[in-house]
Amino acid sequence: MKTTSLIVASVLAAGMASADAPAPTDVVFEDGAVAASLTGTPGNAAEGRKIMNKGAGNCIACHAVSDLAELAFHGEIGPGLDGVGDRWSEPELRGIVANAKNMFPDTVMPSFYKTEGFIRIGNGFTGKAAEGAVDPLLNAQQIEDVVAYLLTLKE
Amino acid sequence: MTKKAISLGILALAVGAGSGAYAGPDDDSLVINDELEMVTETAAPAHMEGIDTIYSGWRFRTDETQSLQLDDFDNPAMLTVDQAIDAYSEVDGSENESCASCHGDVESFAGLSAAMPKVKDGNLVTLEDEINNCRSTRMGAEEWKWSGQDMQGMVALIGLQSRGMPVDVAIDGDAAPFWEKGKEIYYTRYGQLELSCASCHEENYGNMIRADHLSQGQINGFPTYRLKQARLISRHNRFRGCIRDTRAHTFAEGSDEFRALELYVLSRSNGLSVETPAVRQ
Ligand code: HEC
Ligand code: HEC
Ligand code: HEC
Repeated sequence: MKTTSLIVASVLAAGMASADAPAPTDVVFEDGAVAASLTGTPGNAAEGRKIMNKGAGNCIACHAVSDLAELAFHGEIGPGLDGVGDRWSEPELRGIVANAKNMFPDTVMPSFYKTEGFIRIGNGFTGKAAEGAVDPLLNAQQIEDVVAYLLTLKE
Repeated sequence: MTKKAISLGILALAVGAGSGAYAGPDDDSLVINDELEMVTETAAPAHMEGIDTIYSGWRFRTDETQSLQLDDFDNPAMLTVDQAIDAYSEVDGSENESCASCHGDVESFAGLSAAMPKVKDGNLVTLEDEINNCRSTRMGAEEWKWSGQDMQGMVALIGLQSRGMPVDVAIDGDAAPFWEKGKEIYYTRYGQLELSCASCHEENYGNMIRADHLSQGQINGFPTYRLKQARLISRHNRFRGCIRDTRAHTFAEGSDEFRALELYVLSRSNGLSVETPAVRQ
């Protein structure tokens, strides 16, 4: 009983953090792109820059970015992201960051705004089973922040 | 050697700027103790669809790490192997037996590790299973933990008797259903990151993932001595770590899932030399 109410409380808290953001299952993708901002609040590129390197973002595990040259060890799994703000529009970048599998079927890039349909989802990196509701890897505002940062990467 | 190692370090940083110069296995060849030539590269077995050439994980490591496997005096795994040599002839348990009292010289196990796991009486059996079976039913001794150093030391000692022989594990007949199950696990995208073994070790070997140079995830060198953990690592422990890193609920060491995965992954090493005990970062 007590655990149930705790879970409900944390779901509510997570929902509140991103105001009226659509749930990951309600986001509308068109040709892999998402036209509307997930939050209505403009993304903060400086915050987005931080997410590239930390926690659930960790984009540079797979992508090299010259603008982040002060950080050691950029990966080579995906293309370098220099100039990505010229190659893709804002809605396309939002779609790629939210759920890249709509733009690139079968890609190894994780889906950052997704909460269902996983196989044996764990509790973070503990190796144990997840308990209760699953938070997306990035919340709606963090997606907007990362998109704002990517738009600054022009050749 | 040192000079090359330093320039390799600088290269790794340069990759950060997107050069990609680090990709692929290197061209070094592995000769142990100046006499034992190892096959670290060969044509992939026919059952593999996504890869033409298989490479030992040794080919993806830095010169410094590679050098620790060139001479048994430098190989840190040999300390644990030496302890296993002692344990092999020590009496343990209620039956007053040692491994040696029944099996004689440990060299009698030559060839065994190149062909394990295998099916016996309908069960897929690993070396760890055989050892614990002898300990519990034949010696009256306590079973060893799967990834304990006593167990992995013995697995390494028995594996060492096959060092240099080609991996040749059977995948047909009785083994087929276990192999199919292992293959399915290999290609399943687990966890919140939705990555399969193949996402990293088949589609991306040779590439850097953050600070790690991805190999093909071969297990011909196990148990391996991992410098980071300063001990021998079992195959199942490595599998568990890799699945955990996809933010997944992993399987247990000694589970049927990992036995099947071990058979399948080892079948991807068929043709490479047994390298046990290898040294990794
Ligand atoms: C596990 C590796 C991995 C991670 C982590 C990852 N990506 Fe990707 N990403 C890829 C791959 C691979 C592609 C290429 C798409 C394909 O598969 O064809 C890609 C493509 C992209 C593209 C399109 C690039 C272009 O030039 O066409 C963008 C933008 C992108 N990723 C952004 C991100 C961001 C932002 C993050 C972190 C929030 C991230 N990626 C995390 C692997 C990754
Ligand atoms: C009392 C006698 C006895 C003792 C003691 C004993 N074993 Fe065995 N072991 C056997 C017999 C009998 C077999 C079955 C042989 C077979 O299946 O061909 C066996 C099988 C094995 C196998 C599988 C061999 C194969 O060809 O498949 C391994 C490995 C093994 N033992 C290791 C050990 C180790 C290590 C120890 C000490 C910890 C040990 N045994 C102690 C009698 C013994
Ligand atoms: C996110 C990427 C990733 C995934 C997914 C992954 N691994 Fe790994 N694995 C690594 C890295 C990084 C290493 C260390 C560098 C190397 O040897 O490739 C490694 C190492 C290994 C090794 C040690 C290789 C050696 O030479 O010692 C084995 C074996 C292995 N992985 C097996 C697997 C199996 C089996 C799976 C699927 C259950 C798997 N990995 C999934 C990233 C991954």
